[in-house]
Amino acid sequence: MASPVSIGCEGLRLAFRGGFALDVPAFEVPAGTTSALLGPSGSGKSTLLHLLGLLEKPDAGRVLLGGRAVTSRDRDARLAMAAVFQRPWLARGTVADNVAYGLRLRGADTGGRRDAVERALGRVGLSGFGDRSVATLSGGESQRVALARALAVEPRVLLLDEPLASADPLLKRRLAREFADILRGESVTTLYVTHDQDEALVVADRIAVMNGGRIVAEGAADDVVGVPSDPWTASFLGVAPALLGTVVSSLDGLIEVDCGGATIAAVADVAVGSAVSLGVRPEDVLLFEPWSVPPVSSARNRLQAVVVEVTPRGATFQVGVDVGGVRLAASVSRAAVGELGLAPGSPVLAVFKATAVRVAHLSALAVP
Amino acid sequence: MGIYVDAAREGIVLLRSGDLDVWGVVATSLRVSLTAAVLALALGIPAGYVLGTRRSFGRRAMLVLANAGMGLPPVVVGLVVAMTLSRRGPLGGLGLLYSRPAMIIAQTIIAFPVVAAVSAAAVAAVPRELRLQARSLGAGPVQEALLALSEARMGLVAAVAAGFGAIISEVGAVMMVGGNLAGETRVMTTAIVQYSRMGRYGAALALGAVLLFLVVMVNIALTGLQTSGERWERG
Repeated sequence: MASPVSIGCEGLRLAFRGGFALDVPAFEVPAGTTSALLGPSGSGKSTLLHLLGLLEKPDAGRVLLGGRAVTSRDRDARLAMAAVFQRPWLARGTVADNVAYGLRLRGADTGGRRDAVERALGRVGLSGFGDRSVATLSGGESQRVALARALAVEPRVLLLDEPLASADPLLKRRLAREFADILRGESVTTLYVTHDQDEALVVADRIAVMNGGRIVAEGAADDVVGVPSDPWTASFLGVAPALLGTVVSSLDGLIEVDCGGATIAAVADVAVGSAVSLGVRPEDVLLFEPWSVPPVSSARNRLQAVVVEVTPRGATFQVGVDVGGVRLAASVSRAAVGELGLAPGSPVLAVFKATAVRVAHLSALAVP
Repeated sequence: MGIYVDAAREGIVLLRSGDLDVWGVVATSLRVSLTAAVLALALGIPAGYVLGTRRSFGRRAMLVLANAGMGLPPVVVGLVVAMTLSRRGPLGGLGLLYSRPAMIIAQTIIAFPVVAAVSAAAVAAVPRELRLQARSLGAGPVQEALLALSEARMGLVAAVAAGFGAIISEVGAVMMVGGNLAGETRVMTTAIVQYSRMGRYGAALALGAVLLFLVVMVNIALTGLQTSGERWERG
């Protein structure tokens, strides 16, 4: 595999006739890492992928490959990349013909092509499929052939545009895990576009959230999802907005943060007086009856709260609670909602561990 | 019914006896029409690719022209080519009127819009995303076009059939620019017209049968090409 290289852009802009405009002042996928572009439909993530992949021309700005500005006329840059789209887009013929397509474009000889095709099919778990007609493949097999076709050319940058969006949920979960394993094994620079945050968390090291043609949050995957940078991002990710506060005590890596109406304990090495942003995943917050004594545990945060809203989220409910003006969210089972009698106005005890609280310096957060 | 039976009997006798110069006429027909078909494909398929893939206002107008060109009356093409190649015409100096090249030019003009319009429809049916996929793997414009044409090959076979069919059976243009000179520019259709005028229905019917046989054989071969490809793809 050729050495991975970073891909990014500077001042990239592209306007469409309908009024939508993509505007990305700066973005980079570091060499050898996987970044997910996460956002709702129409947020501009596929457009950004097309621009970075030199498949479309921007109105303004530069695409940077390994720090060097490149354009669609730069054949070496184009040959350094390969893409997989939402649908596999296989040409008529055999699996081997399709996987060898990029190799033929690069002038690989017949023997080299055969070996590379077999290797690529092996990587995606389709050894021995080379002679099959693509018309006989299942959806999952077709998508893996598309991935093998991209991997076969040993790209320095791999662009994946919602590669699992058309798979059913079961297949999607399995393929996401398989893609993540394959990408980690390849250590290729990968940009992975998706609207599914679970998929992004499984596959990516870093996440950039897009809305209305702009990147509104970017950083390590856990940080972006754990400490949403603004109310829109929090709402899109299905979590409570980040809490803003000031560190009031710091001892042996344990801090206490005054968030205005509640003091929250977290594990972080931050100086007293620092302004921080906190995030708590709804799955980490447990709710009990207000007078109950929770089981003995290491959960340092035990806060008396009032239920503000109860929202169904498929198999679970998301319960918004208020702690002296500070908003938290808890993910609660359908049965627990009934047992605890959760409804707006009911008092509850919210319990979560200090280690479940993600802490970010305010200056480190992306400003939308 | 007598006229048909008598003509058929006479036609069979003529074909068996070898008295009729069937094979010379057939050879001229094939030489002229195959050359014109190859030229029309060489020009029409690239034009069809451009028409089928580009997104612009001009494309729409060109598509309308190509589709209208499918109904181009051969006799009008013959008239314009004959005028162009006549002594007073702009290309009169070439001395091509009443020659095989003149017939090839006229038939190429007739087949070109047919090939272009059918190719454009075939290429337009290839998803744009497949070409984008090729580009994303490093394909340049020519490689991208070759992939799209390869994907549209079933439709291109139809373009070949339509283009060849439009000219092998055409009579007006070749009569006007070829002149139906025996041993030179006489083709099956012009010979049929001549024999009919002379009342030699047997000879005319014999040539008609050969023409029909050729058209059917070419289409059997092209259809076979299409269905064998489809059968293989289904696995």
